[in-house]
Amino acid sequence: MAKTYVSTTINGESSEFLCETQQTLLDVLRDVVGLTGSKEGCASGDCGACSVILDGRLVCSCLVLGVEAEGKTVTTIEGIANGEKLHPVQQKFLEHAALQCGFCTPGLIVATKALLDENPNPTETEARYWLAGNLCRCTGYDKVIRAVMDAAAELRGETVG
Amino acid sequence: MNYVDSGLKVVGTRPIRPDGADKVTGRAVFAADTRAPGMLWGKVLRSPHAHARIVSIDTSKAEALKGVLAVVTAADFPDIRSEEAFVGEGPMNFRDLALNCMARDKVLYEGHALGAVAASTQEIADQALALIDVTYEVLPHVIDVEAAMAPDAPILHDDMFTGGVDPKPTKPSNVAKVVTFKKGDIEAGFKEAEVIVEGTYTTQPVHQAYIEPHACLATYAPDGQIQIHSSSQGHFMVRAYTAKLLGVNLSDIRVNPAEIGGGFGGKTLVYLEPLAVMLSKKSGRTVKMQMTREDVFRASGPTSGAWMEVKIGAMKDGTIVAAKQVLKYQAGAFAGSPIGPGCMCGFAMYDLPNVHVVGYDVVSNRPKVAAYRAPGAPITSFAVESLMDDLALKLGIDPLTLREKNAAKNGTKTHYGPTHQNIGFTAVLAAVKSHPHWKTPLKEGQGRGLAAGFWFNIGGESSASVHVNEDGSVTAATGSPDIGGSRASIGMMVAEVLGVPATTVRTIVADTASIGFTHVTGGSRVTFATGMAATQAAEKVVEDLKRRAAQKWDIPVEAVEWKDGAAYPAGSNAGAFEPLDLATLALKAARTGGPLIAEVSLNAQGAGPGFGAHICDVTVDKETGHVTIDRYTAIQDVGKAIHPSYVEGQIQGGAAQGIGWALNEEYIYNAKGQMENPGFLDYRVPVASDVPMIEAVLVEVPNPRHPFGARGVGEVPIVPPMAAIANAIRGATGVRLPDLPMSPPKVRAALDARK
Amino acid sequence: MPTVVLSSGSAGQSFTGGQTEFEVEATNFRRLVLELERRFPGLGKQVEESMAIAIDGEIFQDAYAAELKPGSEIYLIPKIGGG
Repeated sequence: MAKTYVSTTINGESSEFLCETQQTLLDVLRDVVGLTGSKEGCASGDCGACSVILDGRLVCSCLVLGVEAEGKTVTTIEGIANGEKLHPVQQKFLEHAALQCGFCTPGLIVATKALLDENPNPTETEARYWLAGNLCRCTGYDKVIRAVMDAAAELRGETVG
Repeated sequence: MNYVDSGLKVVGTRPIRPDGADKVTGRAVFAADTRAPGMLWGKVLRSPHAHARIVSIDTSKAEALKGVLAVVTAADFPDIRSEEAFVGEGPMNFRDLALNCMARDKVLYEGHALGAVAASTQEIADQALALIDVTYEVLPHVIDVEAAMAPDAPILHDDMFTGGVDPKPTKPSNVAKVVTFKKGDIEAGFKEAEVIVEGTYTTQPVHQAYIEPHACLATYAPDGQIQIHSSSQGHFMVRAYTAKLLGVNLSDIRVNPAEIGGGFGGKTLVYLEPLAVMLSKKSGRTVKMQMTREDVFRASGPTSGAWMEVKIGAMKDGTIVAAKQVLKYQAGAFAGSPIGPGCMCGFAMYDLPNVHVVGYDVVSNRPKVAAYRAPGAPITSFAVESLMDDLALKLGIDPLTLREKNAAKNGTKTHYGPTHQNIGFTAVLAAVKSHPHWKTPLKEGQGRGLAAGFWFNIGGESSASVHVNEDGSVTAATGSPDIGGSRASIGMMVAEVLGVPATTVRTIVADTASIGFTHVTGGSRVTFATGMAATQAAEKVVEDLKRRAAQKWDIPVEAVEWKDGAAYPAGSNAGAFEPLDLATLALKAARTGGPLIAEVSLNAQGAGPGFGAHICDVTVDKETGHVTIDRYTAIQDVGKAIHPSYVEGQIQGGAAQGIGWALNEEYIYNAKGQMENPGFLDYRVPVASDVPMIEAVLVEVPNPRHPFGARGVGEVPIVPPMAAIANAIRGATGVRLPDLPMSPPKVRAALDARK
Repeated sequence: MPTVVLSSGSAGQSFTGGQTEFEVEATNFRRLVLELERRFPGLGKQVEESMAIAIDGEIFQDAYAAELKPGSEIYLIPKIGGG
């Protein structure tokens, strides 16, 4: 079967690749482009470990076809930090010990960024419901939510130094 | 050396974990993130039937498909004779493990592997699977434990005769063994009792549900050298099991520990590795395999489902005088449910004069069970702690008081024999009593539940090496895969001994060829046993540093002391020398004897048991049966929290798994014995909106057998939640739910039945 | 001579005909195993491979050198794994 040529922007950089029509964006990111930060936990859109931001919208990349990325912008976990400087969400996850095995962490961080881009001042309940699509089996979500609320406060400029 | 009472500078603080940056940027490498040039994709053919004889397998069409480079079946693997070994977690029968990885003659559950292919793309591999022709003779199957014990039940193994029964049976059975524990005189106990309560309980099998599916890469080189890259709870276990199943030398296998995305006991054995190696051998290429989420549910070990009967007799003042339990645990397709610990843990928290516990290990046509966080204990405690609550109600005694009255203390003889020493249960109960949650008034319609839990924790073999690099920075290497932040706590213990900041020490997980043998990351053992090895290695390095300082100053080594990362003359008599810090001594290491390194391998004994108690407030929606957890407090004796954040994390995570076990998780089977919910949509684990903040309260009763007083913490927290929630539901509604999960339809039905 | 109790009623009992308490002349776990094997062929192997020993409440697994003192409370229980 002939592959499709796709031209897209990934983490701010132009990217082009060939992929099969049936390949998901997740497969393409991991196996074709080489960005393995997004993870496969279920391949059916139920766990959120593959979360990316597609044209500003939080999606499960396992539910998007690689060819759908044509002409769009994709943000993956690899694009969250600013070069060497961690994003406040990443930093807060570390400070709050909001990860144990770290497998769901990329998806959670991307989903958190998407949350705070849309709603910079979420309540705890709003944060929990937004992140309900990101399964974590290790943490029980407690420290994750604390990290999210703290990162939100910092991004709003509210954190006391 | 024991640091329990000394002023600690690093241990007990909360530094950022050394592998943190990798984990939050997506750089950390899990097994499925690895690729190799020319690698093939391996896929597994799995049985669609719950129980069937394999009449024939024809792989010729699959082999002929363009792009397929290897196909394997049981014929490609040695026929292992039965042999028990304790290398992973729990006794493992290698014959059963081999058959579980690749069925021979019979398939015993839907999802049972019976063939595998390796092809150049995943699509071709899938097509190849479809081309393997299998003729099955479908047999009647049995799923539930009681049905499997019935006299006319379909028999899984013709050579299974119930162990622990005298005289030895002549007819094969699905009951692998019976175990019994007795203390005192149970009949006399119940005669004496003034109040007796009893109950029958069932639990469903639940999966560990780690978010990362099993994955590995394997390369078989032409000279027989095997490289495996695998996500597991123990790369030495992977090496040992793979070597055993393939009949090769351990030294011919090198296993690289990839980061692991959750295990909870489910990755303390192998499924894919032996297949990947054989496919690599046949194809001459590296083979990568990863389970789909469906495969994980259909074919990897959940924990047992169970049927239990409990009877407790007490005096009117609450003193328990008799306790009896019958447990029937489901082992899946092969023997080996955690029935032993199940029998031991239910009453382990209490001081009871007369106890009788009988347990059955029962096979049925389901995936072979694997360890799941305190294996056996959460199940038995669901029953015992629910009945304790009913007893408290019947006696008119507060449930906390009932536990205090009967609590095991130092010197309490357990019903399985040994006497408890250095335990913290009374401290935990005292912490419940003084916690604001216990005193907070309940709102209208709310119920509160209390339940306690126990787990042994284990020690075992660990190796650790500490290297002081030429610039004075330190590398600590261990053989323990890091599932929950253990790199941080290991590094902190080393830093404490060396007297340097935590950031000076970089902790890594070394492969099987680069560090001494280390038992799996499980059993709540890493901070205890690997921490002990790392601490001793650091102490050896300190002795070496003192020797080198003494040499430089030309004074006896007894006149040197080490503190805050430097050698000092011990007292003014020793001489007025400037301190020599780690960097200075490291720079001159070559001249003073060579590299500054120590490695320690040990078999740690003295792992102290852990006790916990959880308080849970719930609201029950009477229309939908939905249970909301309003407040949750988990109190546990942790010995000494090396890195408190990760200790809290273990408690919160274990509690959350218990909440899922209590309220939603179960396998749903159709009439053919096939799983209908092998995915996260319908196998419902807790999500962020299902749970409130989980307050973890760390009680510290130091374990005198660990240099820093640490106890294992990871497993205890999953033991109390189910009963805590069941008791809270009873408090809220007056209805006792004895069957798990307490999902909305069941809760609603129970509320309706009461009317 | 320390007294040893076989705690898990089933696994060991099939070798001993139901007896669960023994006086043994053994100063460590390995010697205990050897003596049990001598008295009840098959039992020593069973104990060594699938049981742990609790001495005065402390559980030892795979420890030949675990010391048995005359007054010690000694129990043989199933080996403990974990998850």
